[in-house]
Amino acid sequence: MSQQPAPDDNILELTDLTKRFGGLVAVDNVSLNIKRGEVFALIGPNGAGKTTLFNNVTGLFQPTSGRVVFDGRDITGFKPHQVARWGIARTFQNIRLFDYMTCLDNVRVGRHVRMKATVFESLLKLPRERREEERVTEEAMEFLRFVGIAKHANQYARNLAYGQQRRLEIARALATEPKLLLLDEPAAGFTPQEKVELMQLVKKILTRGITVFLIEHDMKVVMGISERIVVLDHGEKIAEGPPDEVRKDVRVIEAYLGKSA
Amino acid sequence: MSAPRGAAARGSLVSRLRLRERIRDREQAVYGILIIVALVFPMVTIYATDGTALVSQATRAGYFVLLAIGLNVVVGFAGLLDLGYAAFFAIGAYTYALLASPQLASSPAHHAVHLPFWLMLFVAMFVAGAAGAILGFPTLRLRGDYLAIVTLGFGEIVPQLFYNFDQWTGGINAVGIIDQPVLPAWIQGPWSGDGPIQIVRNFNFGGDPVAFYVLICILIAAAVILVSNLYRSRLGRAWMAIREDEVAAAAMGINTVTTKLLAFGIGASFSGFAGAYYAADVSLVSPDSFLFIVSITVLVMVVLGGMGNISGVIVGALVLYYVVFYLIPGLPENAKNIANSIGLSSETTRSLADATQHLNYIIYGAILVAMMLLRPQGLLPSRIREQELKHAAVQEEEAAVEMEHAT
Repeated sequence: MSQQPAPDDNILELTDLTKRFGGLVAVDNVSLNIKRGEVFALIGPNGAGKTTLFNNVTGLFQPTSGRVVFDGRDITGFKPHQVARWGIARTFQNIRLFDYMTCLDNVRVGRHVRMKATVFESLLKLPRERREEERVTEEAMEFLRFVGIAKHANQYARNLAYGQQRRLEIARALATEPKLLLLDEPAAGFTPQEKVELMQLVKKILTRGITVFLIEHDMKVVMGISERIVVLDHGEKIAEGPPDEVRKDVRVIEAYLGKSA
Repeated sequence: MSAPRGAAARGSLVSRLRLRERIRDREQAVYGILIIVALVFPMVTIYATDGTALVSQATRAGYFVLLAIGLNVVVGFAGLLDLGYAAFFAIGAYTYALLASPQLASSPAHHAVHLPFWLMLFVAMFVAGAAGAILGFPTLRLRGDYLAIVTLGFGEIVPQLFYNFDQWTGGINAVGIIDQPVLPAWIQGPWSGDGPIQIVRNFNFGGDPVAFYVLICILIAAAVILVSNLYRSRLGRAWMAIREDEVAAAAMGINTVTTKLLAFGIGASFSGFAGAYYAADVSLVSPDSFLFIVSITVLVMVVLGGMGNISGVIVGALVLYYVVFYLIPGLPENAKNIANSIGLSSETTRSLADATQHLNYIIYGAILVAMMLLRPQGLLPSRIREQELKHAAVQEEEAAVEMEHAT
């Protein structure tokens, strides 16, 4: 990377974020800062509130209290499409592709937010819209090449192999030109070989100047690529720090690593 | 070793190319056939039947085609089930009927308005589109079944409104004597007059089914071009993304509310288009013409033709129009004729005709069920996308073959 981020240059700041569903507190007073250009991992046992936290950041849920500040702007309460426009893209734990659209179209939908064509221009296929369509198709192919599935461009998303679907979801998210990419369990169900490839892909994404915030269960992946880790248990933050420190934390071992060790 | 593999790759490339051409051909062939049929139909039928009754029938089929193209935007592209589509058709028809007939003279306004048809085409389009957006606004938070029920309600309310505001709309008496489209004299052509010395007059469409036929063909062509353009655009993809997964679409930065509103509005505006045309063609607009059965018939046309595929929807509309307005009503007569010709007694002939009369809707239903069982994906399912992308795949394969040859 050409630019080294300043030490306290935070791309995402969560302050006292709480999300309640009735009596259940899914996310409990969580504060965390993610630095520009790092890989930040969120781990925790099942049901710890990790995905709920993602949903609060991306506008799918409105937080009960607390603030979400992204790139210096308070985006608390923004709608999902506004969040995407400001530069946060995500993938989903259970892959959510547009099944009956081709891979190319899936990625072109990702470009939607960076396109300018108006309804009127599209209706009449004016030259400007035509040029934009051509350009976007090229760009979309470029994103497919980036994740390595360009040769499937013409297939329906649902016909891809599982690993390719995960890659397509990442390509689609990258197509929105995010500053921050949220990956929700990107390595779930992967073979060891695929996990290695995923880690390489994440490193490639970093070279584009994108910050990565991921939820992951696989400790090898987490320890292998992330610079800092936050551990969530029952919606509460119980530890934060570099992988080596977190690994040794007593509460973490009790809550999470203890089960697998 | 590399040579035979290259050959194999080339073989599959050739077969892929053929497939691609076949698919592209199918799409173009359908449009080609439709254009040829549209051109030949009036000549043949006028020659064969010595009258223009069949041409008027075809123009009636034409506005169903327009409606189906419009509803396809809502149901086929955006995946929003709309059971009240006839309401927008009614709004378009009444917009033209009220602003281009003597009707308003007997209303509290006391002044008849006679605006030109060509202007009103676009006004009706706009009014219906606006109605679509207004209906959409409070309802688009609803999904699936709930949305369908609300649109169903809307479809029931609108004709009732036209019934009950009888001061303005004439209620059950309908709006009649609606102006016919007029081509200004400066657009001259074979229609302007016979002799060279004749005074060139404005061409009135009144009572000329062929003129209406030409007009609906032009309107349909325009609708097809506009809707195809939308389909292959940013907005078209946003619609499909919402149809596939609304949450993921929103996460990709698509404003789902405005995008769905646009689907409703644009879909409705095409039925406004059809409505203005209908009012001019029939010259009489009554609330009875826009009942639930119209919405359902158009919906069946869309599903039957192949949701999401424009040429399929056109074919579906034509086929179903033939079945509903020709085949089924003609059944008793045909049954009687057949019975007569094979020499059954007049008694049995009559009872047979009666029986088919009673069975009309059962036969119609059976035809629908059979069609859906035999081709659940529709007569011509959506393929345009695949065709476009086969192209990309073939190019990649070409590149692969080249690489193989290089090494």
